[in-house]
Amino acid sequence: MSDLGYLSAAQAAEQIRAGEVSADELWTLYRERAAADDLNAFLWVADEADGADDGPLAGVPLAVKDLFCVEGVPSYAGSRILEGYRPPYTATSVRKLRAAGAPVLGKTNMDEFAMGSSNENSGFGPVENPWDRERVPGGSSGGSAAAVAAGSAPWAIGTDTGGSIRQPAALCGIVGLKPTYGAVSRYGMIAFASSLDQAGPLTRDVTDAALLFRHMVGRDPCDSTSLEFPEEVALPSAERLDGVRFGVPPELTGEGIEDGVKTVFDEALAKIEDLGGELEEVALPHSPHGISAYYVIAPAEASANLSRYDGVRFGTRATDGDLLSMYEETREAGFGDEVKRRIMLGTYALSSGYYEAYYGRAQRVRTKIADDFREAFAKVDLIVTPTSPTVAFKLGERTDDPLAMYLSDAFTVPMPLAGIPAISIPGGLADGLPVGIQLAGPAFSENRILDAAYALEQAIGFEEGPWRDA
Amino acid sequence: MIDREQVLHVARLARLRLSDEEVERMSSELSTILDHIEKINELELDSVEPTSHVVEVENVLRADEPRESWPREQILELAPDAADGGFRVPSPGA
Repeated sequence: MSDLGYLSAAQAAEQIRAGEVSADELWTLYRERAAADDLNAFLWVADEADGADDGPLAGVPLAVKDLFCVEGVPSYAGSRILEGYRPPYTATSVRKLRAAGAPVLGKTNMDEFAMGSSNENSGFGPVENPWDRERVPGGSSGGSAAAVAAGSAPWAIGTDTGGSIRQPAALCGIVGLKPTYGAVSRYGMIAFASSLDQAGPLTRDVTDAALLFRHMVGRDPCDSTSLEFPEEVALPSAERLDGVRFGVPPELTGEGIEDGVKTVFDEALAKIEDLGGELEEVALPHSPHGISAYYVIAPAEASANLSRYDGVRFGTRATDGDLLSMYEETREAGFGDEVKRRIMLGTYALSSGYYEAYYGRAQRVRTKIADDFREAFAKVDLIVTPTSPTVAFKLGERTDDPLAMYLSDAFTVPMPLAGIPAISIPGGLADGLPVGIQLAGPAFSENRILDAAYALEQAIGFEEGPWRDA
Repeated sequence: MIDREQVLHVARLARLRLSDEEVERMSSELSTILDHIEKINELELDSVEPTSHVVEVENVLRADEPRESWPREQILELAPDAADGGFRVPSPGA
């Protein structure tokens, strides 16, 4: 592998600014790698670099999950129903990153409309995990995670609704940050579940995540749920964790975890203590109900958001007759199985006679889950769990069992339900496959999370990755 | 348990046309998922307020100032079928 490809994104940005590295050479390196990608991680690769010449991220190419609208660029959210769609506008987060200098390298594969935990629900075929090509990269930001892990992109952005940044980051051995709800504008993100969706970075290390996140945050008049980030996003520097209190919730660290994942997790806890951190058991008693609440709320919102795909204004159309047939044929032909399943689930949960029993109750569970975190953060600074109960599973292993697939999100859904930020960092390997460690904190505690993650990252010293052999 | 008739009713509401095979599969899969979801019925929730939005925000208002809208031609170019400055669709029928 070339020295250039060994540079982290932050190092590359710094060396480009210092004139030590040529932005053109870096672009050519990643442009060639992305174009040669054989993991199916990319759905589209740019011909030419387009970022600002003089920003702090100048010249460091960015892979963008397909659901971010980029003007004039195919943006299908991994769905056949949007095939051919080239939006007339650009998502705020992409616009900001371009303005900071990062050129868009390509659009990455994903589960259709971000609905999935394995990337097998893409309308454009599954993505392979670069650690083991018979395994899934996780989802729904599977293309972004695989591209970064494989070294075909220096960094990427994705979105997280129930774990869609953190889980693929964990399964691909990279870093993924899901920000506080509202920290990053959702304008131009093709919507899945609007009260949960958040954009964030997928990167090789914690410093890169902080740098990318720094240029994504901020209130946006085009997204009325976005908020001003209350402080500057700092680049992490902590070497110790003295006095930092880490809560270990038995509900998210016990049942259903593979032995290899448990071992890596326990080693991470020991490292936290070595660094001076304090471990304390905290209860999140309602978090085991997170999957139930999530798989009512997210499909309910999705069923409304996806009603716009009717064959009238954009995307594809199929028809064999009158107007109603056109709606039904278009949606039958354009949506994949999982999207149909979630539209059905959400429509059912919102339908007359069932609304209170499902949607109403799920919203109350959501309150209890948020209350649990509030009480926990009165006692501890951060919460630590494994990101996923298992390492990357085999392609096809869970496709026939939707509930088993849903349960793989058990440790990542409680945080978006509460709107709080969480990061996944590589903790080590189990049977040669990466294991993610998740740190969560209160709303807008990203600086604290990034600092702790950085200290832990240095102590763990995880230096492996397919990108080293790219 | 969600039966075949319910699946067909919900599919109509959602404007999804499902094949016979999909209806059967959907009935069984949705039943399994709903069985799991119904575990939340064990919780005492009557006194709990529902959460629809996690971060405290006030209504966000802006000045009502006129501004350019998207050029009509640019938007119509994205449509599967545009005619006479609008989106053309099949007749609603009888």
